[in-house]
Amino acid sequence: MSETQAFVRPTPIGAALSKGAGESARRRLEAVLIPILALLAGLFAFGLFLLAIGKSPVEFYQLVYRGGFGTWFSLQNTMQRAAPLLLTALCVALPAQLGLVVIGGEGAFVLGGLAAAAIGAAMPDAPGLIGMPVMALAGLCAGGVWIGAVGALRHYRGVNETIASLLMAYIAIAFMQHVVEGPLRDPASLNKPSTTPLADQLRIGEIPGMDVHWGFVVGILACLVAGFVLSRTTFGFSARIAGGNARAAAVQGLPVGRLILTFTFAAGAAAGLAGMIEVAAIHGTANASLIAGYGYTGILIAFLARQNPIAIIPMALIIGGIGAAGGLVQRRMDLPDATVLVLQGILFVAILVSETLSGRLLPALGLKTTGEAK
Amino acid sequence: MNADLGLWAVPLAVLGGMLRVSTPFLFVSLGECVTEKSGRINLGLEGTLVFGAMAGYGGAYLTGSPWLGVLAAGLFGVLFGLLHGFLCSLPKVNDIAVGIALMLLGTGLAFFFGKPLIQPAAPMLPAIPLGAWSDVPQVRAALEVSPLFVIGLLIAIALLFVFKRTKIGLVLRMVGDSADAARAMGYPILPVRIGATAFGGFMAGVAGAYLSLYYPGSWNEAISSGQGLIAVALVIFARWNPLACFGAALLFGGAGALGPALQSVGVTEGYYLFYAAPYVLTLLILFFTSSRTKALEGAPRELSITK
Amino acid sequence: MTMLPLNRRRLLISGSALLAAPLLMRVSPAAAASLTAGFIYVGPRDDFGYNQSHAEGAAALKAMDGITVLEEENVPESNDVVKSMESMIQLDDASLLFPTSFGYYNPFVKETAADYPDVQFRHCGGLWSEADPKNAGSYFGYIGTAQYLSGIVAGHQTKSKRLGFVAAKPIPQVLMNINAFTLGAKSVDPEITTQVIFTGDWAQPVKEAEATNALIDQGADVLTCHVDSPKVFVQTAAGRGAFVCGYHTSQAPLAPEHYLTGAEWNWSTVYKMFAEKALAGGALPNFVRGGLVEGFVKTSPYGPAVSEAARNQTDTVKAEVMKGGFAVIKGPLKDNKGNEVVAAGKAYPETAVELESMDYLVEGVLGSTS
Repeated sequence: MSETQAFVRPTPIGAALSKGAGESARRRLEAVLIPILALLAGLFAFGLFLLAIGKSPVEFYQLVYRGGFGTWFSLQNTMQRAAPLLLTALCVALPAQLGLVVIGGEGAFVLGGLAAAAIGAAMPDAPGLIGMPVMALAGLCAGGVWIGAVGALRHYRGVNETIASLLMAYIAIAFMQHVVEGPLRDPASLNKPSTTPLADQLRIGEIPGMDVHWGFVVGILACLVAGFVLSRTTFGFSARIAGGNARAAAVQGLPVGRLILTFTFAAGAAAGLAGMIEVAAIHGTANASLIAGYGYTGILIAFLARQNPIAIIPMALIIGGIGAAGGLVQRRMDLPDATVLVLQGILFVAILVSETLSGRLLPALGLKTTGEAK
Repeated sequence: MNADLGLWAVPLAVLGGMLRVSTPFLFVSLGECVTEKSGRINLGLEGTLVFGAMAGYGGAYLTGSPWLGVLAAGLFGVLFGLLHGFLCSLPKVNDIAVGIALMLLGTGLAFFFGKPLIQPAAPMLPAIPLGAWSDVPQVRAALEVSPLFVIGLLIAIALLFVFKRTKIGLVLRMVGDSADAARAMGYPILPVRIGATAFGGFMAGVAGAYLSLYYPGSWNEAISSGQGLIAVALVIFARWNPLACFGAALLFGGAGALGPALQSVGVTEGYYLFYAAPYVLTLLILFFTSSRTKALEGAPRELSITK
Repeated sequence: MTMLPLNRRRLLISGSALLAAPLLMRVSPAAAASLTAGFIYVGPRDDFGYNQSHAEGAAALKAMDGITVLEEENVPESNDVVKSMESMIQLDDASLLFPTSFGYYNPFVKETAADYPDVQFRHCGGLWSEADPKNAGSYFGYIGTAQYLSGIVAGHQTKSKRLGFVAAKPIPQVLMNINAFTLGAKSVDPEITTQVIFTGDWAQPVKEAEATNALIDQGADVLTCHVDSPKVFVQTAAGRGAFVCGYHTSQAPLAPEHYLTGAEWNWSTVYKMFAEKALAGGALPNFVRGGLVEGFVKTSPYGPAVSEAARNQTDTVKAEVMKGGFAVIKGPLKDNKGNEVVAAGKAYPETAVELESMDYLVEGVLGSTS
């Protein structure tokens, strides 16, 4: 009993697993309350920043609402933007369950897109029902192997995964640029070197009745599945034990190495799949435009979601919405495009700092708690 | 007129590139070295560097003195360092995550306030002509170094001395190696760590000023190509030794100069792969010097990334 | 995909526009103007280069009556540009859009134009064809000819007979500039060669500076470039004492003593033409190209270092260009691998479509296209 409790970390998923009922309810309440308070505090702090430079926070937030959520067009814009971010955020959140910080999802994203485009271009006559799964598999594997290699470097050689994934992202991008402008270049892609365009039946379409491609649904499903596996299966449970304390996990006979390899592969596969979707739904080909920073924004979202796959969904929508409103804010308030970056940075800091409140917020508010963990 | 050097141009260009490109890596890695010695890691130095590039350029433009610009960049760097240091002193707040957040915030603020500074021309830092003895123009150009490079080398030597021979160095190492032992000895853990992070911020700010005020000598939003992040990796393979940081920075700078130099003598195929050489090299060095079983030699034991 | 989703998408969009319209009329300052034009840039609009040249064109429209100008900068070549265009249309009533980066055209401008048949899209650099939507179009300037003139000035200036060219990527527009610059210099002295270094991307300040240094180390004494922002290139080269020819806009203020001349865009001509036609309710042309003659591009005034002989020859050739029909690329012409690329007697004036798919470097260029 006390053994398990020591491993449960104060994350929302951990909350669900806690045994004592009062304890569990308290943690669950905190897990929701603290991030919301943190987001509000971040928005307030950014409002002060705007006031300090002589702009109206009220107008700003009205525009963010209008540009990101207020109309059907804006809402679809937000969902479309969130689609790749759901998957690239998983690339950070999955290894985080084991305590690993992977920041090189951009590399897996780009390679996944490249692999999918290359395979797709090689089978222009394949029916969509065969071609698209093959492309998806190529994207999954390319991304999975790339971040899986980061996991292997970590496990077998003790190479720090944060640094290795970052270096490998630079290498992946250089490789993609080389291939797209060299061996795989479509001679018809004149001023924008690209691979051969995908055939029409290999393109991912839009959700019926919406201006949002199917990648959004795939992303939501992936987050739900990841959330389920982590919170409801023994596999996810052992991952969290290993993440809490690798040495104790090894003593208990858990296969730490296998966990690391599986989670990093799955993480890379998520980012690689995002790359495949970006190619099949948006670009129709692989080229330098794939390097748009989705992998890096995924880091932000994963941390905002406190590495909880389910929480990634609302956070990706919030960040997607802010991005969607960015243009409107530029045009109407004459604010630079970097305004969005500043807001994102402040929200990021606010969420991280709020971690310090966990376990202390409700007592501080005078709410009675039971079964206080030691 | 320049002499025709043929293939000799490649090693010369690599040498010149080492001296020109390495300085930002040197400053960030020395600063990060001190921060990590205290048991904290600050990945946010990339954001600090970009802000420093903006603040340095703006400071130099407004005051007319590039050195005041460098100072401004350093002071803003201290602010970012203090912010990181204080936030990470709160219980349960993770230093790696705060670093990533400050990377985003620093870059965002730099772009936000830097818009009006893209156009104006700020006064540049002077150069020291170490190659004045040569009558080959290429040699003279390659050996033209920034005073900041020399200052960086001196700081590296000074840090080596501080770490090994002084009380400050001893306290710093003890705080980084075992917080419990340091506490038992009555040393203040948090102030030491916050101070070490502030120093790291100062160095990263100055590194940014080097980019905008010396080489390439311009403020724009593409000015950093990840120097602040790579430097954090360099500290690891330099094994937390300041002189090795100097060597690692030179190596990385030289590898970066290889791509353009090879093209200039006619090796033109696959330039993207040459441009990736510094990253491959860093990864390989990490691979061969890390070990699965034992912690890295010289690693501060309180440091989260090496535990 | 088939036409079905497109139609459905169009329906939905008009539906959502109806929903949004009453909400927006109240806040939109654009409602009173008779034309709202949106400009989208891929980088910062004050970069001393490509984006600034377009922003200067946009600024010329701001001065016109009855026009509201919207601008967005740092918009990536991804779905983001689609959403920026749609947002300008739906939330700010834009009816004329200028997405200015080359990578925006296919598929983003084409698809968005198909979704919004009532909005006019004119894209910089693309190759509009009859198969593309009728409300889309492309414009570009024949800046290669201006580069040829820069090459003549460079050919007179060089003592080492070696020129340098810092380029981003080996794509047709860049290759055309390298070739034209080289041919201009060779028209002064056939012995002159141009060394090229590709940096691999459009904005890489440190690599651009390293490339400039490497070229000068190899003996180049006059240099030019094709990257998004030539500021770093010009300052680095001038700092080493080399002479420079500018690109995109005039960089003369950055290096007054070492700036010779430059090939500049003059987009205000193009934007004013489109805006005037749109205000008058006329049809906008779909495929617009122009060079020095039409005022789409211009050359920077000569710097103080340019010799009398160089001015005379350049002015003579420029007068020839202004008569129209001038061909920089004409046979017999070999590429730098020794293959004949243009047969004797054949000439491609700047308007020739063949030039837009150039894939070779001419004899005298040191470098390769891949």
